[in-house]
Amino acid sequence: MAKGYSIFSLARHAMRPSEPWPEAWAKPEPKSSYDVIIIGGGGHGLATAYYLAKNHGVKNIAVLEKSYIGSGNVGRNTTLIRSNYMIGGNTAFFEHSMKLWEGLSHELNFNCMVSHRGQMILAVSPGQVDAFARRGNTMRLNGIDAELLDRNEVMKELPYLDYSKEARFPIYGAIHQPRAGTVRHDAVAWGYARAASQLGVHIIENCEVSAIIKDGDKVVGVETSRGKILSNKIGIAVAGHTSHVAAMAGLRLPVESHILQAFVTEPVKPIIHHVVSWGAELFYLSQSDKGGMVFGGHIDGFNTYTQRGQFHRIQNVMECATTLLPFMSRMRLLRHWGGIQDMTPDGSPFICKTPIYGLYLNGGWCYQGFKATPASGTTFAHTIANDQEHELNKCFALDRFEKGKELDEYGIGNWSYKQ
Amino acid sequence: MRIPCPNCGERDVAEFRYGGDASKTRPTHGTGDLKQWHDYKFVFDNLKGPHQEYWQHVYGCRQWFKLNRNTATNEIQEGGK
Repeated sequence: MAKGYSIFSLARHAMRPSEPWPEAWAKPEPKSSYDVIIIGGGGHGLATAYYLAKNHGVKNIAVLEKSYIGSGNVGRNTTLIRSNYMIGGNTAFFEHSMKLWEGLSHELNFNCMVSHRGQMILAVSPGQVDAFARRGNTMRLNGIDAELLDRNEVMKELPYLDYSKEARFPIYGAIHQPRAGTVRHDAVAWGYARAASQLGVHIIENCEVSAIIKDGDKVVGVETSRGKILSNKIGIAVAGHTSHVAAMAGLRLPVESHILQAFVTEPVKPIIHHVVSWGAELFYLSQSDKGGMVFGGHIDGFNTYTQRGQFHRIQNVMECATTLLPFMSRMRLLRHWGGIQDMTPDGSPFICKTPIYGLYLNGGWCYQGFKATPASGTTFAHTIANDQEHELNKCFALDRFEKGKELDEYGIGNWSYKQ
Repeated sequence: MRIPCPNCGERDVAEFRYGGDASKTRPTHGTGDLKQWHDYKFVFDNLKGPHQEYWQHVYGCRQWFKLNRNTATNEIQEGGK
């Protein structure tokens, strides 16, 4: 296994090209039992395993991944990080995540290319400027960076937008979070996998869970494509298939699986220096280090587990892009893909215990899974290790709809098709 | 994806609005048991496979109908009715 990546190890391997880099993480055979099993080797599952080993001293952990590391949503998102949330429960959680992003490359000894390029959300009406002012004030009261820009300031920072009289949605200003930005998502998966593996976590790829074995109201293990594996503590972190896996334990959840598409254009020279989001439609765009515009919009709008998107949504997202950034009409789309994400009724996630003893749930991430990865890992690890929610995730409980404690930050749950 | 409307025939999905799981039964009007309303409103089977669901042909005849679709493949198993 590769330990201690540094400028010296890079030079040593450059000098000796015949000596291949060792594997970043070990590929052990599954043991018959573990202290903790995490189902799902995505960003959240790997981060949870890493923090369980590092912060809570759990020695005997397995992460079961049905495909290969990086094949799921951790490699399908648009790589954005931000903490511009307004309602209690979300602000502290996502700011905790942002603070962990800031030191993540050092923490994992893996360059995650964390770029604090800032996010601009454009206001398209005076009312929206007022709403953004309120959001910014709430953020600043919670110690999160935010500033309100007027139209002239936005024109200086983002000169390529449509400011003409014919603009369909005139730009009145923007809310700016300077610490928001992008992270190389593959590096997050690989970095957490490698760091967890170095702490002794077993990362078992091509191992699909087919059943959760219960004894009364307790979990005792799982059946997998690589045999039966026992454990008294099982964490589910399988965004997209959360309902499917939870049903193996007899649970029905407030989750629907929807497809979200993402797009990348051919690479061009640097022009977009921020993450740009829009107040007129759900639309977000950044320019990758390779030069491609990486962007996305709404979910397609009906339950599906297929990772194939529909053309009308592609057209809708392209219309957003060319309306806001007219120069994009001359660019060519290079690739587009889909990821299956859990949509919850209020648009907020679950990191919680379940009615089944020893079974823990991490899911329902809607549009915001990637940016939450480090905080999701720390709080889910805490919940599993102590059998008790952390202060930061106690709002993300499974019974919040019964208790009238929804966290409807943006009103973008799975209701988009019901509006 | 193309969806068969019972009136207008097969049309592109862009003409339709999705209406969610059609296998759920709405609690009787006046039901006081909030748990029943919670389960009806907030909890989903979210099946991977055959799924019965509501669609409305909003840019056509505006009729609501039920459709059987496989959520694992998007294959339409039975036309609208």
